Amino acid sequence: MSRILTFLIFSAIVLYGSGTIEGEIQKQELNMSAIIMFIMFVGATLFITYWAAKRTKSPKDFYTAGGGITGFQNGMAIAGDYMSAASFLGISGLVYLKGYDGLIYSIGFLVGWPIILFMIAEPLRNLGKYSFADVASYRLRQTPIRTLAASGSIATVILYLIAQMVGSGKLIQLLFGLDYEVAVILVGVLMILYVTFGGMLATTWVQIIKAFLLLSGATFMAIAVMAHYDFSFNALFSHATELKGIEIMSPGGLVSDPISAISLAVALMFGTAGLPHILMRFFTVSDAKEARKSVFFATGFIGYFYFLTFIIGFGAIVMVFKNPEYLDIAKQAISGGNPILGGNNMSAIHLSHAVGGDLFLGFISAVAFATILAVVSGLTLAGASAISHDLYSSVLKSGKADHDSEMRVSKMATVALGIVAIIMGILFEKQNIAFVVGLAFAIAASANFPILFLSMYWKKLTTRGAVYGGSLGLATAVTLVILGPIVWVDILGNAEAIFPYKYPALFSVIVSFVTIYIVSINDNSKSANEERENFEAQFVRSQTGIGAHGATEH
Amino acid sequence: MNKELVDKIKADPNYHKLVSKRSSFSIKLSVSILIVYFTFILTIAFKPSLLAVPIAEGSVTTIGVPIGILVILFAFILTGIYTRRANTEFDDLNNKIKNSLKGDI
Repeated sequence: MSRILTFLIFSAIVLYGSGTIEGEIQKQELNMSAIIMFIMFVGATLFITYWAAKRTKSPKDFYTAGGGITGFQNGMAIAGDYMSAASFLGISGLVYLKGYDGLIYSIGFLVGWPIILFMIAEPLRNLGKYSFADVASYRLRQTPIRTLAASGSIATVILYLIAQMVGSGKLIQLLFGLDYEVAVILVGVLMILYVTFGGMLATTWVQIIKAFLLLSGATFMAIAVMAHYDFSFNALFSHATELKGIEIMSPGGLVSDPISAISLAVALMFGTAGLPHILMRFFTVSDAKEARKSVFFATGFIGYFYFLTFIIGFGAIVMVFKNPEYLDIAKQAISGGNPILGGNNMSAIHLSHAVGGDLFLGFISAVAFATILAVVSGLTLAGASAISHDLYSSVLKSGKADHDSEMRVSKMATVALGIVAIIMGILFEKQNIAFVVGLAFAIAASANFPILFLSMYWKKLTTRGAVYGGSLGLATAVTLVILGPIVWVDILGNAEAIFPYKYPALFSVIVSFVTIYIVSINDNSKSANEERENFEAQFVRSQTGIGAHGATEH
Repeated sequence: MNKELVDKIKADPNYHKLVSKRSSFSIKLSVSILIVYFTFILTIAFKPSLLAVPIAEGSVTTIGVPIGILVILFAFILTGIYTRRANTEFDDLNNKIKNSLKGDI
């Protein structure tokens, strides 16, 4: 059981941006080819933003790009949301470090997607308009449910943003030789520009372009590696095992316990299906048919990407490991071994230099920067929609806000979130943020997902049940993270954790579901009975799409 | 959607066909991906040596490598199978329901 999770625990931290780069960062000299390529990317994306701004007039354009994105485009954009810089560098770094374990890890991330397709995608598209709160509050009371769903969304988005901002600041510092604060402010400002002016249309195209560049770059690296070995996997693996030992070809990993293993699996699976920026993507397509195609293409791109990172990780073993050019001599003098500059998660970056020289290194660095921009834009848009659509328009104005004022609030919310992200990024520079992404996934899995799932499929769900269960799930997730080993021991300096597991999702998800169940079946209020009666009409719409929101013509 | 329309849709045999066919298909596919994934992960947990067997005599490549890649392919193929059937058969049924409601929606 031990293995299941070493990689999981270890890598979830690494992956999602938090600990992307190890230790103190040495600022690099200015990397000119990277900067030129990055400026080209920014120029192209600002042009797209200008183009998109002219087509972004109503809230529907702003939140969903008018619902006119095709399944293929949306699949690429979803894959882009999933292939963050941290996941590209983290997974290839994990393969570089542990070989086969990296593959096991990426598989854990992929298997949630088919489930999202079979269970969530269609009803979500058929019932919702801009956010998953639309679905949860479809037959339940607007004010409490939207407030809860928006809180879950905003909490998830801000935690995720912190991880991305801190990871990006360090990465950019290392790749481009910019100061940390400059890097964080640059990311924040560009993201505000894309989202406020270009809305979902610009955000989607930035994401698509970046996904294309990342997949192309990774494909080139994988082919370059394989060409060295006449496209024989066995030859590549043979050389790698000569350097790192035969154990990299089979499951290994540090010792952990089965509970943590299952708990993290629950967090990844249900958490993915509760991430607001991912769910929001399903409203950008015209109907359920395109929503299904989105998941099909997204799963294909993500699966292909993980296959490439496996080759890239092994490529880094044979070309970067023990290569004096990438050796961190200062670190080696202290701790021995063969540490590489910037830590294991920089192995893919070094490999890009090894196979393609300075120019290709510049390209991959620029793509990594572009990736961060695209991911934070999607996150911010999801957070802004929770504030303007759910809290302002639906709760504060009881659904009577006019389009102009809703647009104004969503743009103000975008700017505010961008500023929060910049400030948090700077405040958290030297903090231990290892808990941040785990917490974001735990909240998504224990507050957002149970309400969404049960509102779609369980007739007896009532507002009271959803509010009690969702809130308690959220509170449990937060409390257990604070009492767990990462915060209680590593950050607060206590000797022993009160809650022994790093990942609370298994417990907080159960708390959430059980509370929702008990409170709902004991809720005999008049409104509860009405809510149950309205399930039939909702179910018919979720199955057939009759009455669903369609696309707008431009 | 008003109650009359809901009742009318619910009275349509195509609607029941759609709901029952789709839910049983979704459940079957969900169960298959979960079985495949948990078999894989539990093998790693309890008997990792099974995946450490070389694919051929003297080869360093273990069967764990193709098996892992097959799990990724399996997930992708399942989404393809579902999307194909839903976009043809299920959508045809759905269109029949919608056509029979012409004028009501």
